[in-house]
Amino acid sequence: MNKTKNFNIVILGVGGQGLMTLLRVLSEAAFNAGLDVKTSELHGLSQRGGSVSVYIRFGDKVWSPLVPQGQADLIIALEQQEALNGLYFANKETVFLVNQYETPTMAQTANQVEIEIELRKVTEKVNFLAASEICQKELANEVVSGTYLLGYALNNGYLPLKKENIIEAIKKTMSEKYQELNIKALDLK
Amino acid sequence: MNENLQKAILLGNEAIVQGALQAGVQFVATYPGTPASEIGNEFAKIAKNNNQLYFEFSTNEKLAIEAVIGASFSGLRCLCAMKNFGVNVASDSLLPFLYTGSKGPTVLVVADDPSCHSSAQSEENSRGFAQLAHIPVLEPSDSQECSDFIKLGFEISEKFSLPVMVRLTTRVAHQRAVVDLGKLTPGSDLGAAKFVSNKHQFVTMPPRVLEMHQELLDKIEKIKEYAEKSQVNQLSGANNKIGIIASGVGYLHVKEAMENLQLDLPILKLGFFYPLAEEKIKNFIKPLKKVLIVEELDPYLEREIKCLAKEVNPRLEIFGKNILPEVGELKPEQIVIALAGITGKKAPVAPTNFKTIKHSPRFCTTPMCPYWRVFAAIKKAAPEGTIFGGDIGCYMIAGFSPMQVYDYMFCMGSSIGIGHGIAKAVAGKQKVITLMGDGTFFHSGMPALLNAVYNQSNILAIIVDNRITAMTGHQLNPGMGENIESGTVPEVKIEQIVASLGVKTENLKVIDPVDDFDGFVTTIQEFYPKNEISVIVARRMCALLEKRKK
Ligand SMILES: Cc1ncc(C[n+]2csc(CCOP(=O)(O)OP(=O)(O)O)c2C)c(N)n1
Repeated sequence: MNKTKNFNIVILGVGGQGLMTLLRVLSEAAFNAGLDVKTSELHGLSQRGGSVSVYIRFGDKVWSPLVPQGQADLIIALEQQEALNGLYFANKETVFLVNQYETPTMAQTANQVEIEIELRKVTEKVNFLAASEICQKELANEVVSGTYLLGYALNNGYLPLKKENIIEAIKKTMSEKYQELNIKALDLK
Repeated sequence: MNENLQKAILLGNEAIVQGALQAGVQFVATYPGTPASEIGNEFAKIAKNNNQLYFEFSTNEKLAIEAVIGASFSGLRCLCAMKNFGVNVASDSLLPFLYTGSKGPTVLVVADDPSCHSSAQSEENSRGFAQLAHIPVLEPSDSQECSDFIKLGFEISEKFSLPVMVRLTTRVAHQRAVVDLGKLTPGSDLGAAKFVSNKHQFVTMPPRVLEMHQELLDKIEKIKEYAEKSQVNQLSGANNKIGIIASGVGYLHVKEAMENLQLDLPILKLGFFYPLAEEKIKNFIKPLKKVLIVEELDPYLEREIKCLAKEVNPRLEIFGKNILPEVGELKPEQIVIALAGITGKKAPVAPTNFKTIKHSPRFCTTPMCPYWRVFAAIKKAAPEGTIFGGDIGCYMIAGFSPMQVYDYMFCMGSSIGIGHGIAKAVAGKQKVITLMGDGTFFHSGMPALLNAVYNQSNILAIIVDNRITAMTGHQLNPGMGENIESGTVPEVKIEQIVASLGVKTENLKVIDPVDDFDGFVTTIQEFYPKNEISVIVARRMCALLEKRKK
């Protein structure tokens, strides 16, 4: 039982934001690094603009495809209100990367200040980033904001994978058309 | 050499396809449905211009299983895939298939969706069909087992001449994990298939049908002996007075929970759900004081194990649905709490009362879904008090907040059938408008419309024809003039079917709800007061499909 702890990531957003693509990149990257990997994804109805949360775990040996409650190391929210749904998986060491991008919900809405207050009740490591805006401005494409957040996580030591592994994974999982765009998004500042 | 070369990261559904190819599958028929859809999508890619593999998107699940039955009788190795609700549709043909048995080995993959992540209508547990149909059922937990259990399914089917079901759940079908790729066996051309008449075996008429029933029960007895020895009913862990019996993804949660609590208890993982390895279970529970049974949804295993315990260990304390939920999927933290409770360990307490947020699914906006216009027109044209019948497809999204259009919604094809019943019951005092997609019309809408025509109700049926089966990930249907094997085929026109089913020409119109929005509004207004059944085909291509075609 002396295996090291798995690394657990929860990615949240609304259907259509490219969550599955991000999972594929991360899973191939962890696999390239010689680790055991499991993801749990969602397809179908939930893909149509609704709240989606997906999981990836990697390490020596991964059992459950689901991240257990309170055990996320990194939580990436591609839509800022969705970060709140990540709290279930957070602990006081969890890093939040939150895209300052909002799609309206019908009933309850929360603004950035309210969201931040809630997140900080659990962890201090909360980062709000204008990923969509930066990607739109620099690359004319906000769809790569997830990849931008991966780059941010890599550069700040929040993701225990190597950039080469991520780049290799992008090349393996994406069509040529999107490879360059995504690799650029990794390095945007 | 890099050992990763023989391994890959595969989605459970991709591993199913991988395993089936390794088992030499030759004939595949499916109807899409989440979480099973990628199985068909993957086969569709492989089957193009492949003379060793036939693939079709059948028009519904009953027709998919029937196609497979025909191919199995002709000696081919067959696979059929569908979501849980599909088995309800297919069951009329599935049950007799167990009586006749298979000739070419046949595996049926069924994917359940505990927690209804991508399902409406019910949290169906298709394990119930095991008892009803006497179909052997295997339950994999991860992608590797998806591949392995499919191969095992073919093996069992070949050995005992019975179709075998492999039952997945969302967290298995949509789990990506490392899989050993194994070797592909070179297949043979399909040209060799031949149907050899065997009336004794393929005709289920009385009195022979009762003999067949007995033959089926005898086969199940034999498979039970096989299950007793099978490696997929697997024992692990250290000796202890407390044990666990688990199946499906629940097993993985158990391993997770044990690691979490630093426990090492004996586990019996049941890969065979039916027939159950009763002797193996009895031996496992005999020395125990307590056992925890971990299975999702209904306590099928628990009930069986309670009976077995009465025989061999009446004092055994059995934990299951008394401490774990029967509704919704299982989560690892629930198993942690359950195990901690049983073993007297301290479970970590986690806070739970967070603020949460819910984005309801909605129609696409980039590009703009034509259904926005459909519902805008309906809102404009239909008087207050209209009863709206919903069906299954992207248009069901109008049932979510804030639109909340529908007054009832059930299963595929039911909007017209139930609408007809309401129309007959209220006898003209209220009006029913139903909404159904092209895919659903072809799946099960046609007989419903025929009944409404024949029994004379006055519903207004709007068929939203977006030229594809969209919700499940853009699969082909008969309205598109295309199939996987032949490429171009004659396009089936919904308005022609509607007319031949007996809807009068003056009560039928085809309109583009985007280009001719006003015409669509006036037609709804014009058809609304009619005392006969009327149909509008609102034809406008799915915006995503249109974008892709450019
Ligand atoms: C018996 C059954 N089989 C399959 C499904 C899965 N399913 C959900 S929506 C859908 C597609 C319906 O297509 P269509 O009516 O054309 O609507 P669209 O999504 O294109 O708007 C299917 C097959 C189901 N719910 N029930």
